[in-house]
Amino acid sequence: MRYAIQAEGLAKRYGDTKALDGVDLEVPEGRLLGVLGPNGAGKTTAVRILATLLRPDGGRAQVGGFDVVRQAHQVRSLIGLTGQYAAVDEALTGMENLVMIGRLLDMPRADARRRAAELLERFDLTEAGGRAAKTYSGGMRRRLDLAASLIGHPTVLFLDEPTTGLDPRSRTELWGVVRDLQREGVTVLLTTQYLEEADQLADDIIVFDHGKVIASGTSDELKATTGGQVLEVRPAEAAHADLVARVVADVLGAAPDLSGGLVTAAVRDPAVVPAIVRRLDDLGVIAAELSLRKSSLDEVFLVLTGHRAEDGSETEEAAA
Amino acid sequence: MTTITQTAPAVVVSPRVSPAATLRHTMTLAWRSLVQVKHNPMELIDLSIQPIMFLLLFTYVFGGAIAGSTGDYLQFALPGLVAQNMLFASMTTAVGLNTDITKGVFDRLRSLPIARSAPLAGRIVADNLKQVWAFALFLGLGMVLGFRVHMGVAGVLGALALLVTFALAMSWVAVLVGLKAADQEKVQVLMFSLMMPITFTSNAFVPTKTLPTWLQKWVEVNPVSHLADAVRGLLGGGPVASHAIISLLWAAGLVLVFAPFSIRAFRNRI
Repeated sequence: MRYAIQAEGLAKRYGDTKALDGVDLEVPEGRLLGVLGPNGAGKTTAVRILATLLRPDGGRAQVGGFDVVRQAHQVRSLIGLTGQYAAVDEALTGMENLVMIGRLLDMPRADARRRAAELLERFDLTEAGGRAAKTYSGGMRRRLDLAASLIGHPTVLFLDEPTTGLDPRSRTELWGVVRDLQREGVTVLLTTQYLEEADQLADDIIVFDHGKVIASGTSDELKATTGGQVLEVRPAEAAHADLVARVVADVLGAAPDLSGGLVTAAVRDPAVVPAIVRRLDDLGVIAAELSLRKSSLDEVFLVLTGHRAEDGSETEEAAA
Repeated sequence: MTTITQTAPAVVVSPRVSPAATLRHTMTLAWRSLVQVKHNPMELIDLSIQPIMFLLLFTYVFGGAIAGSTGDYLQFALPGLVAQNMLFASMTTAVGLNTDITKGVFDRLRSLPIARSAPLAGRIVADNLKQVWAFALFLGLGMVLGFRVHMGVAGVLGALALLVTFALAMSWVAVLVGLKAADQEKVQVLMFSLMMPITFTSNAFVPTKTLPTWLQKWVEVNPVSHLADAVRGLLGGGPVASHAIISLLWAAGLVLVFAPFSIRAFRNRI
């Protein structure tokens, strides 16, 4: 198998913070790797290193067979990058933004205009093409940004949280675009905080937390690792939440997640549920809500990292 | 632990950017900075209003008090205003660069197979062209108001060349500030509090001998004084050589001190 992206032991530190702490990853040609993780997990740092914007402190990486440090220029001619913040020049029109990139890629003026028109058409921006990008909606800007990264027909595309901050409709539209690119054989590395997004688009998923890869596999494989079931208990009296957490911890042998009066834990053996119910009954705790359901990638995340995806940044701040 | 298998590169790419391509990339990015003016005519007004306003205000408000007549003062102050405006314009470079960085445009440009220097050089070229516009405006309006050019076209071109050279040196300071500051507002505050005292503690607007003795010492070394005097000489006649040489020495000094810091910040920033 040929790999479009390969990284080995990537490390990067900012002061005392290890943004990346020995990351290995590989993406076979034509596949889409979803990099999942909370804010501050190191996803963007990894993308910036692979896209030659940042030098790693340790480890090495290749994109399209070129070393991202020593052969950065060659890597740049293969890749497209769409960052978290739509990197378009707001003062220029959509058309001018794209023509500028084409010209920078050494296309003759006519070719650059043709390619720009083609991409505006494809991303449903033809009408808006003559307007300054600052008049665009968030979704339009993101599409223009993606169009800009496709001007040079990249074979490897980095999408760093491409749908963060988009409304659900724009998000679904963007997913459609990414699927089209997959069909065309473009290798994609997509970072996201949204588990659903990784579930929808990714061939393979790796999970980042605190600068490390803590799990990898297909969406189904990852879901299977948790045992597939999630127990949720909400005591009628919020004051009992700690007690419930202690009981669940005792029965399962692992501390559950406790947030907003809801105790959540991954369960491998459904037989533990009656045991927990009996113990709570003995203690006189009434459960207002008690459920066992199939785990989503959300819970996978919880099991793997010990915290919820959304809580990522807070947990990290608390730890720092 | 995976090992990186040697995959043959898919395409053949030249590992270097040729000087011709570097120039092309720089010009494309300069075009990008200039075409913004087309969409945002406010920017042109912005660029023009300060020269016009300052020229009118200084001439007619301070002229009589400082020089005894507005005509004499115009002859004295216009070169000073030109020098001041040029220094202030380096703020545009710093703000523009900082905006590109915070908005992510800089990352996009750096992810392209273009000359590393092009994003900086393109902006600096464009900002200097804007300077030429401001200079023409100062001179044009000044002549309408009664400023007299005694040294002909050669003097005007010489003054412009000196100003642009100094502006290029100043842009290293602008690049450093633009790269290091956290956001646009900080860039503006920093550049303004740097440029305002430097330009005003010079002989740009008032003769040195009217100042307190301790201040005169600084005014006599201030590059703005020498720049203003050199421009006075080049446009209206008078000694040029020593002032031009000192201005150029200052420019060289700025480059020597700030270029290494700027280049390091440029490499580290991202």
